[in-house]
Amino acid sequence: MKGEVTLMKGNEAVAHAAIRYGFDGYFGYPITPQSEVLETLEALMPWETTGMVVLQAESEVAAINMVYGGAATGKAVMTSSSSPGVSLKQEGISYIAGAMLPALILNVMRGGPGLGTIQPSQADYFQATKGGGHGDYHLIVLAPSTVQEMVDFVGLGKELTFKYRTPAMILADGIVGQMMEKVVLPEQQPRRSDEEVKKQCPWAANGRTGLRKRNVITSLELESSKMEIINHQLQAIYKEIQEKETRWEEIGLDGSDYLIIAFGSVARICDKAREMAAEKGIKAGIIRPITLWPFPSEAIEKAAEGKKGILVVELNAGQMIEDVRLAVHDRIPVKHFGRMGGIIPSPQEIVDALEEKIINA
Amino acid sequence: MKEEIIIAGFGGQGVLSMGKILAYSGLMDDKEVTWMPSYGPEQRGGTANVTVILSDEKISSPVLDSYDIVIALNQQSLDKFTPKVKPGGILIYDTNGIHNRPERDDIEIYPIDAMDATLEIGNPKAYNMVVMGALLEAMPYKLPMENVVKGLKKSLPERHHKLIPMNEQAIEKGKTILKK
Repeated sequence: MKGEVTLMKGNEAVAHAAIRYGFDGYFGYPITPQSEVLETLEALMPWETTGMVVLQAESEVAAINMVYGGAATGKAVMTSSSSPGVSLKQEGISYIAGAMLPALILNVMRGGPGLGTIQPSQADYFQATKGGGHGDYHLIVLAPSTVQEMVDFVGLGKELTFKYRTPAMILADGIVGQMMEKVVLPEQQPRRSDEEVKKQCPWAANGRTGLRKRNVITSLELESSKMEIINHQLQAIYKEIQEKETRWEEIGLDGSDYLIIAFGSVARICDKAREMAAEKGIKAGIIRPITLWPFPSEAIEKAAEGKKGILVVELNAGQMIEDVRLAVHDRIPVKHFGRMGGIIPSPQEIVDALEEKIINA
Repeated sequence: MKEEIIIAGFGGQGVLSMGKILAYSGLMDDKEVTWMPSYGPEQRGGTANVTVILSDEKISSPVLDSYDIVIALNQQSLDKFTPKVKPGGILIYDTNGIHNRPERDDIEIYPIDAMDATLEIGNPKAYNMVVMGALLEAMPYKLPMENVVKGLKKSLPERHHKLIPMNEQAIEKGKTILKK
């Protein structure tokens, strides 16, 4: 099926991608709007082809702890859920970060707080980028805006999480999870052999052989001086990630007077709004952060030079706007336009917001 | 070429699957496509809608304010989406159960009687394909029938492939019922 163009929902595409990128295990628990990930994996039965384990756990908490266990043995493992379920996983995510393990977590966000709605949202930005669980840790947070990126980020997330031994999260919204779009799936990659896992993950607890030292996977260290050293190690990794892995997309920045900043599928609605604004003679450019952590602060600061104002558009009450304000040191007006509770703004609403909040303010 | 289309009606009328077949047909004709099911609170009134965009170029927003073509299959959808047809655009609606007719003179309006046509070919399940036929006839972008058939094949599970000739027949019937 390599190279074959097909039509798929974002959630279905993630399931195909997990198999094709050679994941060893998926552990999940169903919740709308991402249940198709588990459903598609069950339908594809990868345990009969690549040997990948697919397991519906008894709860979200169980699923993330299965991921913790699998990751500790050096396996490529993942889970997926939607907002309320991802809240349940936070303890496990903090432990995985603390134990410096690779894992991939997909959050297809729905409107909250609480059980909220089943419609799209981006209100888990703070949770994903500022911690979520306890302790000083970060996730590598990737925000897809197309079904193709849902696929690509499964591969990129796997690569980065192993490279930095830092859990990665794909922070998607219900739009990109539920919409169908043209997608090209990657060629089937083989799962790593036990030998390859041992070579790639010398830290893994996968059976001591020969004379090597015992590997211990834990996030517990009762001696404060040692725990501080571990924190410094983590911070050094985060610094390297910030330096090397910050990603963003720039759309129509040249000659623009205004800047729109949005992530995920909202950036595409903003792109349409940008075209509509251009017809009225309003020149706006877009920066779409692809990694939400590390945040493309420098790119935004640079793009903001000489601009008359920035509109941040999100499916929340104003979360990423804080990072944008920090990036530009509030040197130019930064305003927010957001819809909540599962409502998706139309392109016209965004043009109106740009005029009201920035141009005519 | 770019066609921004919304298909709206009651749940159960085959709105979402018609959108899927349309999207697959576009894909088979080498177009960029998006299929976006309704996610607004409007779904709670029992209506379902799907936005399908077919384009030669990369598609930005899958969510739209206005449409080149609106297909309305009940009164609620007709009331809601008639104002959202772009000037010069196309409105197709099923007259069945409609008491307030649309009034706009800057768009092309096609009332169709898809329910009767469906009963004539004797398969009520093919209702959405009759509507699809009317759409294919009205749409400025001419989707080759061979690619529509390929789209049907792609979007139906193999066990339902025996139904493809019946669906084709329904589409052909739909093409004949389009009158201004």
